[in-house]
Amino acid sequence: MRQQLLELYGYRGLLYMIVWRDIKVRYKQSVMGVLWAVLMPMFIVSAGIMVKYVFAMISHEPLSIDDIVVVSVKSIPWAFLVASIRFSCQSLLGNPNLVAKVYFPKEIFPVAAVASQLFDFAVASAVLTVLLAFARTGFSLHLLWMPALLAMLILLAIGIGLLVSAGSLFFRDVKYLVEVFLTFAIFFTPVFYDVTMFGQRAYLLLLNPAAPILEGFSSIIRHQNPNFAWLTYSFVFTASTVLLSYVVFKKAEPSFAESI
Amino acid sequence: MPDIAVRMEHVYKRFRKGQMYDSLRDLIPALTGRIFFGDPQPSRSDREFWALQDVSFEVKTGEAFGIIGPNGAGKSTMLKLLSRIMKPTRGSLQVRGRLSALIELSAGFHPDLTGRENIYLYGTILGMTKREIASKLDEIIDFSGLDDFIDTPVKRYSSGMYARLGFSVAAFVNPDVLVVDEVLSVGDTLFRRKCIDRMRSVIHSGATVLFVSHDMKSVADFCSRALLLDRGHPITIGPTPDVIAHYMNSLHHHRATDQSRPIVISSVTVRDETGPCQRFESGQKAWIDIEVSAHEPCSQIAVGLFLLNEMHDTLFTTSTERLGHGNVSLNSGDVFKCTFEVDLNLGRGVFYPSVLVCRYATSKIYDNWESAATIYVWSKEDITGAVNCFPKVTSQELYRKDYGILTAPPDLSRGKMEAPLVTNSVSRESK
Repeated sequence: MRQQLLELYGYRGLLYMIVWRDIKVRYKQSVMGVLWAVLMPMFIVSAGIMVKYVFAMISHEPLSIDDIVVVSVKSIPWAFLVASIRFSCQSLLGNPNLVAKVYFPKEIFPVAAVASQLFDFAVASAVLTVLLAFARTGFSLHLLWMPALLAMLILLAIGIGLLVSAGSLFFRDVKYLVEVFLTFAIFFTPVFYDVTMFGQRAYLLLLNPAAPILEGFSSIIRHQNPNFAWLTYSFVFTASTVLLSYVVFKKAEPSFAESI
Repeated sequence: MPDIAVRMEHVYKRFRKGQMYDSLRDLIPALTGRIFFGDPQPSRSDREFWALQDVSFEVKTGEAFGIIGPNGAGKSTMLKLLSRIMKPTRGSLQVRGRLSALIELSAGFHPDLTGRENIYLYGTILGMTKREIASKLDEIIDFSGLDDFIDTPVKRYSSGMYARLGFSVAAFVNPDVLVVDEVLSVGDTLFRRKCIDRMRSVIHSGATVLFVSHDMKSVADFCSRALLLDRGHPITIGPTPDVIAHYMNSLHHHRATDQSRPIVISSVTVRDETGPCQRFESGQKAWIDIEVSAHEPCSQIAVGLFLLNEMHDTLFTTSTERLGHGNVSLNSGDVFKCTFEVDLNLGRGVFYPSVLVCRYATSKIYDNWESAATIYVWSKEDITGAVNCFPKVTSQELYRKDYGILTAPPDLSRGKMEAPLVTNSVSRESK
């Protein structure tokens, strides 16, 4: 394991190169360029605002700017997670020549897929920061939780990405399963709504490892501490997913070339 | 031993063949069927296939080693094992130092990126660092000859340009061990020649080269030793000419016992003064011994000799009858032997002496053995082409335009040349 990680580190130049390629190609192909990175999260944010608006109508309360802030802060990390999983799922299948013909640690592909999505995430976050400044959300020490939450989100994306990329290489229908899963996962994840709306049964939602992370983002933007217990649960879940996925991935790696 | 670069010991590689379950939709019903209803599993031997069996060899540092064999011999599997893409089922494999494989040029290109960007991408894939590539960038572009198109996306390249760019990048990787597949057959003749020169300099620079090919000429050109594979089994290993001879003989092994034709050329041997030989110096004499066996009576037959180059173009033909020795008639069971003496005024390369038995009166060909033998011709002079005209430079003069008058320097006049004289060009020997 140590050996494998050291080897991966040795290939960081290649990782950087593949991320660079993915980003470059993505922006070369689309006329809209960097706008592309903003457009998809914007779409999710708009959907969230609409859902919030409907909630507000039903409960006869006015739609507050706070609600919009919270929905945006949760939607953008969610968009990143979904896109990362979707792209890593295709990352090995999309490079059959490199997988079958050249030797290097193949986890570079799913990791690069996540990293190139991280670039889009960064662009979208920059736009969001400007918007939050206009909304006068302000700063507080709670924002120091941000790096930890981001790290967990990225690790979760890598963990799932490793698993689905290898899975889709061996079984062609895994990518359809992943698509269906990602389409409906938003209903099981507190993106457009808050876990508190579920009252006693909130824990059912928080079992989803992405939920405590997203709730964390919304807490710190409202200058509150995130729920530490659930974050710990999410961290343990994420760490073991990454570990397990990595071991499975490395175990399966030698037969990639035969199966692709 | 410290000077072994690649060592393979008793390597086996097994593949599963036939229909595999490549989707969960097929796998899950099959598994439940097997577990709960006891569906029979296909037998092991039906599902398995050994691509390599008990292959062992060692390659010394700085050696060029060839791996040859017909299609399906296991060459590609060998390549993938060497480059660590696959793991052997059994046995061990050690490679010392950085290994680069030129398996498929341009495998790492992205069509939307420009030539320059692809040089960086592909270079990194082949194991170069960014700084290394930057320092060699000009050389690479220059080698490819694509200066004008280097900032064009490669999707607009022709397939030849694609391959040229691929080889150019690969040619500048400096690995300890280089594995080369059939990659030298890219581009036009000029570029091909450039590639071959580059390969030579890689070998001279001390890299270990493993050359996998069914192109006998390039293997004979580069490699001192070779391994012959057939259907996964190592057949023979040794000096390249011997291995190639073995390969060629095994292709025609059935001939001596062939009863289906009235007359069969049962053996063809090429020799020099001392005995059977395959490597000749250009201009050397060679003798070709031919043995013809008759299974049925045949009259007025003659034995023809022709010579093919590696493209299988006929370079030269003659026959016993055309050389004034008349024809012979054979009875059933007779054996006819003849020997041709030839001067091999040939250029460097591989040539295939070929033999046929015919009857001129009726233009009937009884037996035709193309590439009955293989010979390699080398020459001290740097010459190319099918023939050797034994060239010498007897005069070389330089005329300078001085004060508007074209004059030869007084000491360089024609006809006075006793010793070879070099005025303004680089001497060949100094290379």
